[in-house]
Amino acid sequence: MTDRPRLAVIGAGPAGLAATVAAAAHGVRVTLIDAAAQAGAQFYRQPAAALRAGRPQALHHDWRTWQRLREALDAHVRAGAVEHLTDHHVWLVERESGRFTVHALLGPEEEDAVAVSADAVVLATGGYEKVLPFPGWTLPGVVTAGGAQAMLKGALVVPGRTAVVAGTGPLLLPVAVGLAAAGVKVAALVESAAPRAFLRRTRALAAQPGKVAEGAGYAARLLRHRVRTLARHTVIEAHGIDRLEAVTVAALDGEGGVRAGTERRIPCDTLAVGHGMLPHTDLAETLGCRLDGLRVHVDGEQRTDVPGVWAAGEATGIGGSALALTEGHIAGRSAAVRLTGGTPDPQEWVAAAKSRTRLGEFAAALDAVYAPPANWSEQVTDDTVVCRCEEVTAGTVREAVAQLGAGDLRTVKLLTRAGMGWCQGRICAPGVVGLAGCELTASRRPFARPVPLGVLAEEHSQSTTRAHTHPTDGGPS
Amino acid sequence: MVCDIVLTVTHPLTCDAVVIGAGMTGAACALFAARAGLDVTVVDRGPVGGGTTGAGEGNILVSDKEPGPELDLALLSTRLWGELAEEFGQFIQYEAKGGVVVATSPGGLTALERLAVEQRAAGVVAEPVDGDALYGLEPHLAPGLPGAVHYPQDSQVMPALAAAHLLRAAGARLLTDRTVTDVLRTPDGSVLGVRTDRGDIHAPALVNAAGTWGGEIAALAEAHLPVLPRRGFVLVTEPLPRMVHHKVYAADYVADVASDSAALQTSPVVEGTAAGPVLIGASRERVGFDRSFSLPVLRALAAGATRLFPFLAGVRALRSYVGFRPYLPDHLPAIGPDPRVPGLFHACGHEGAGIGLSTGTGHLIAQALTAKTPDLDLTPFRPDRFAEEAA
Repeated sequence: MTDRPRLAVIGAGPAGLAATVAAAAHGVRVTLIDAAAQAGAQFYRQPAAALRAGRPQALHHDWRTWQRLREALDAHVRAGAVEHLTDHHVWLVERESGRFTVHALLGPEEEDAVAVSADAVVLATGGYEKVLPFPGWTLPGVVTAGGAQAMLKGALVVPGRTAVVAGTGPLLLPVAVGLAAAGVKVAALVESAAPRAFLRRTRALAAQPGKVAEGAGYAARLLRHRVRTLARHTVIEAHGIDRLEAVTVAALDGEGGVRAGTERRIPCDTLAVGHGMLPHTDLAETLGCRLDGLRVHVDGEQRTDVPGVWAAGEATGIGGSALALTEGHIAGRSAAVRLTGGTPDPQEWVAAAKSRTRLGEFAAALDAVYAPPANWSEQVTDDTVVCRCEEVTAGTVREAVAQLGAGDLRTVKLLTRAGMGWCQGRICAPGVVGLAGCELTASRRPFARPVPLGVLAEEHSQSTTRAHTHPTDGGPS
Repeated sequence: MVCDIVLTVTHPLTCDAVVIGAGMTGAACALFAARAGLDVTVVDRGPVGGGTTGAGEGNILVSDKEPGPELDLALLSTRLWGELAEEFGQFIQYEAKGGVVVATSPGGLTALERLAVEQRAAGVVAEPVDGDALYGLEPHLAPGLPGAVHYPQDSQVMPALAAAHLLRAAGARLLTDRTVTDVLRTPDGSVLGVRTDRGDIHAPALVNAAGTWGGEIAALAEAHLPVLPRRGFVLVTEPLPRMVHHKVYAADYVADVASDSAALQTSPVVEGTAAGPVLIGASRERVGFDRSFSLPVLRALAAGATRLFPFLAGVRALRSYVGFRPYLPDHLPAIGPDPRVPGLFHACGHEGAGIGLSTGTGHLIAQALTAKTPDLDLTPFRPDRFAEEAA
């Protein structure tokens, strides 16, 4: 062991990989910690090795960037500069006396505990999908857009025979194209946003010729696969007894309401639905990092307001993989210099900072374009389950608001149990706030993942000792 | 008296009593006052149950109280909760599950049984349980425990639901997200009403049910009431089939509750809930209003709970929450009229027992507001019992 400082990077998606490679290249040891068996996270999700995929790149764009990152990571791992911990599910990052302990659960069962010490951390925890409820959304056959993509990329499994892709956001295009290319009949791509809105924001788009070309490429491929796009449309109901049989889609009026008489039924056995992404901020929140609304606040060096904690990628605001790469790169560079006692010169990453600005503007433009219908919650019937974990219906939420005076997400949760179950409101919170007519606020989730009481108790009585881990100070307090 | 519907600065809302605090205690005060015929307005700077009420387990306990004024209040409250349960039980998840206080050593059992004798003399149902009977009550307890005392009167409600439903039943005007900025008084010092960030509310009586923030409200009326926060964490597990049937805790909890120490104390308190999750407490620390997460505290809670119930080692904690118990230096609440400020009544400082004690408190406050002789002697709860220099 050397005295070189150690940086823990949490998350091996674009931001985490870029931070790892940049920091390792600038002289610090890095422990890259990720829940998956392989690097790449959702964006660069890899088929399981056993599947021996011939051309995984067919399902990805920007394959070349990924390959370069992957090669750099492998080189740093071989050189001993990076330790890559796979199948590590981080449930808490603890800061004590200016040092950090990353607490994780090992393996698919998430039963054994590991603690990793570090002098600083980069939170590259990514984002998760936002899905708004509608009648029938809990039927088997209704999957999230990201879930459908993960099945395609990771398991090379095709979710169904006839699919509808619906919701809003830039993710729907690659999902529809990916499904069609894999042989699924995509009956419709139902997007609630208005294409005309794109034109009004051409400046931000024009600054990103690569991004525009990417979008145009998807459009061409949709045409080739004869996928019909229904813009300013929404799915108002999913039908089926035991599983999905059809969806009803309808056109939207100027106010985001459903235009009467435009409903039509589309038979399908799969509905891939998504309404954008939300940042994963649990670890940051528990560390005490300031949040700006739903995202982690960072400065120009990607530093949070907690000393020693950097954040990059979707956790600092949803912006896509290219933005995550630049943010991760800057975070890694800044952390490397500061951990070795220096003060970074931002001129050293001026190109990355420029792309970050440009890509950030592009993300803001996309965010303004892609939005769920303003009045989506009107379509949610009282008997629709909005919180699946606790089986709380829309009617119960509405009653808590109208009868018991609940006016915010936390009070609705206290009075209805919506958001108290396994997912801790990650899935239902956007739906609940829409029904309650209040703001989506970051929930306090002290444990980023459920943790066995035995693990908590064990670390209390005796510290974990493993070859590569550093025990924390336990003992009765 | 009829209250104005429109609230403006020039035409202040008027009513018989303003209750500050839409938590459990404020809700109970509002309900009993309304049922005594008063027109009540409840004002809170946050939402319903947004303070300590929303951060507790909802205990209604006699088991953890030594004979004295607090136990008398607990017995009155328990009886009133039983009556309210007939009206609201299903809405507020009232469960008369009973408490089981477990001794972890033979010496501990002797002390526990001695306490039970005194409690029985004060009117508590406290049944000693030997080893075998204990495992009949709680089959999943750790083996080898010497014995316990069973308290059938201990019960539980879901506190936020209880506060919300009692407030609704009170028919009181509920003004949430409204901060009281001043207490309005006449030249002779009597209460005239309150000033809020959104207009004045006029009333001849003001009930301070602001919980942990009760000291600040008292200070607005220039009355000294040293309410301070005592932090506690609760661990919540994944939902389970019923494995823990009572509120189960180790006998040392009683000592912790009564302790004056500022340092962290944890003693295992474990209970199953109707909704499925097991709730695990209890920690006590005096660290001000610091909400930051503390892994050492949660480790200690988990260690204590798994010692009592070994099966919990394989059960996952989904979340934890933190709250602040409002305590007064002698661990008794302040209940009743404040002789220093005519028209000001206090109903705060219940520490960790506020949900349980809220009904008795509301009942006594309603009696005081309507100039009736209170069912309990309020002398031990006098709000002016703390010397100024003690602060």
